[in-house]
Amino acid sequence: MNKAAKLLACMLLAGAAQTASAAGTGYLFVSSEEDDVVTVLDAQSLQKVEEIAVSERPRWLAFSPDHTRLYVACGDGNSIDIIDVGKMEVVDRIEDVDDPEIFDLGPNGDRLYISNEDDAQFTIYDIASKELLERVEVGEEPEGVLVTPDGKTAYVTSEVANMVHRIDLESNELTDNIVVGNRPRRFALSPDGQELWVSNELSGSVSIIDTDSNQVVEDISFQPEGFRPEDVTPVGILLTPDGKSAYVTLGRANHVAVVDAQSREILDYVLVGSRAWGLALSEDGRRLYVTNGLSDDLSVVDTTEREQLRSVPVGRVPHSVVIDTTGG
Amino acid sequence: MRRACRRAAGLVMGWLLATAATLAAAQSELQPFTFGYVGLADDPRYSEARLENRFQGEPWGRPIAGAKVAIKESRFPGMAAGVEFGLNEQLVADSQAAIEAVRQLQGNGHRFVLLDLPGPTTAEVADAFAGEEMVLFNVSASDDRLRGQACQANLMHTLPSHAMQNDALAQFLLSRQWSEVLVLVGQEEADRKLADSFARSAKRFGLDIVDEREFLLGNNPRQREQNNPRLLTSGIDYDVVYVADTQGEFARELSYQTQLPRPVVGSGGLVPQAWHWAWQRHGARQLNNRLEELAGRHMTGHDWAAWIAIKAVVEAVQRQKTSQFAPLRDYLVSDDIVLDGFKGYRMGFRDWNGQLRQPILLGSGNWVVARAPFEGFLHQTNALDTLGFDPRESKCKLADN
Repeated sequence: MNKAAKLLACMLLAGAAQTASAAGTGYLFVSSEEDDVVTVLDAQSLQKVEEIAVSERPRWLAFSPDHTRLYVACGDGNSIDIIDVGKMEVVDRIEDVDDPEIFDLGPNGDRLYISNEDDAQFTIYDIASKELLERVEVGEEPEGVLVTPDGKTAYVTSEVANMVHRIDLESNELTDNIVVGNRPRRFALSPDGQELWVSNELSGSVSIIDTDSNQVVEDISFQPEGFRPEDVTPVGILLTPDGKSAYVTLGRANHVAVVDAQSREILDYVLVGSRAWGLALSEDGRRLYVTNGLSDDLSVVDTTEREQLRSVPVGRVPHSVVIDTTGG
Repeated sequence: MRRACRRAAGLVMGWLLATAATLAAAQSELQPFTFGYVGLADDPRYSEARLENRFQGEPWGRPIAGAKVAIKESRFPGMAAGVEFGLNEQLVADSQAAIEAVRQLQGNGHRFVLLDLPGPTTAEVADAFAGEEMVLFNVSASDDRLRGQACQANLMHTLPSHAMQNDALAQFLLSRQWSEVLVLVGQEEADRKLADSFARSAKRFGLDIVDEREFLLGNNPRQREQNNPRLLTSGIDYDVVYVADTQGEFARELSYQTQLPRPVVGSGGLVPQAWHWAWQRHGARQLNNRLEELAGRHMTGHDWAAWIAIKAVVEAVQRQKTSQFAPLRDYLVSDDIVLDGFKGYRMGFRDWNGQLRQPILLGSGNWVVARAPFEGFLHQTNALDTLGFDPRESKCKLADN
């Protein structure tokens, strides 16, 4: 789909949320760690369309740039399973990947950049040949991975070392170790690439890194009313495509924080399910989907009203959710 | 395909060379930051015969394994701070030799020393360095006394006290409404202290000790009233049996042998501890794997205590960006420190007696049944302070408080 068509589709969608599926299948894909399946839901009816069997302990999900493939990190299966989105079944897998947790795709969709939790490594695989290309030693329990849109830089969090590693993807060397809050988990990059947001699970905060200086320039702490500090455990994070808002799932505090990305002001806390982690935003920005790991369900949030519309059961311990919006 | 393999091999080779070069360059600029570790060579707790038993809540090997895992985890924070963390292990004959070993470590610039010593020896060593610029971490003695009348400003405790363990258990019993407790206690002095500690917890949380009975080890028929679990637990009703047995043998055999069908808690059955190898949440699985890989056995609370002692100092170095003793020491006991013990709570030290506040895991066999503190047990400042002594009930009076 070319840019003009995409823009047109977005404009149409903005006017009518009900036709969100016009671009792709519109389906939601949810991984559940304990069931070894990826559940496919229709975004409108929230009815289950399909249950795709995958390897053990599926976690992170990401589409290929053309949305024909969905990649699934299977932690206990030690594999990246490859789902054909049209057929809705696993058609291939990259095996012998040590305990993959999170990954990102390069801008061309030809490589996988993976955090290997048990081995304290960051690895790069060529998708076509399934070859391991590189291995970079990082701090213990690496988690979040983000590759910049130009494909030149990767960022990896280490939950144990309390830092973000910056890796130059031309030399595959660590260039910076940026100390952030405690137990850093995941990333969001601002549309202009200037700011890297990192969720700190144990500090109950988000650190904002300036990508030029590689320094933390700001911290945002979350304190929804009625929760003990230890229950505020931010994990999932996303910035809206216009760069104006951020959504942060607060784990055991069972809320999603809505943040004004410019002023850093926390605008609201939206009640969702138990241990909210994964999140995805509809293309029109009006619906936020949140996986609740301890209530085994998916929350649908109206982002205008900032409230949960409904929740639907998915498999046991849902981890991630992605939306097939543009291809297929 | 073959070409791709060769290319990959070439890349890996290149990576090895590049990594070796950068690591060597980076390490040459790092200042050493070495922890001391002092234990007794003939500590009976680590005799082979005893370790083989794998008593619940007891060490299953020397806790230095935990310290080594922590050192390994600290290489990146070290690099960022310009230091390389290391460990200097000293196994000595007795308390006098322990004091000399710490003195020697101090002379070599070590300011943070882990003490893997029995309670009384720990107190002696801390006493010998009273008022000096040192932090001694008690990683293997649970004695309440060390946190009470024998407390020292230079002594910090990462292993929970008996009071904390028993408070955790008492909270659990109360939350299950198992409030009538039969206490069985051994003849060792340490058993007596443990039972007294439980009595304090029972009183604190409103449990009712219906009777306390002394048990004996052995099969002597003339002492069967005291060595036979069924006779010991008959003639009275209760919800649960608490057994105080620091030697572990009697407690191990007690479950399913009581006269009434009641659970056993304390030194056997459901055991409160700092860590359990079956704990899986908050990154625990990975930590357990790292220790198993290094030590070839499961991780225990004692390993965890040594691990978190190192991690606490590393956290202070990371946040304070210094290796100077005074700011590190101040930060360790400040409210600002956030320690990640992989138990789900933000942890820090009680500045008034040096005890690390922490959740307690209630483990049974191959599972963690529950984690204390429990819902509904409130404290004015920190829920973790519902476990263990509060300043106003403690005999610890540090000079600088």
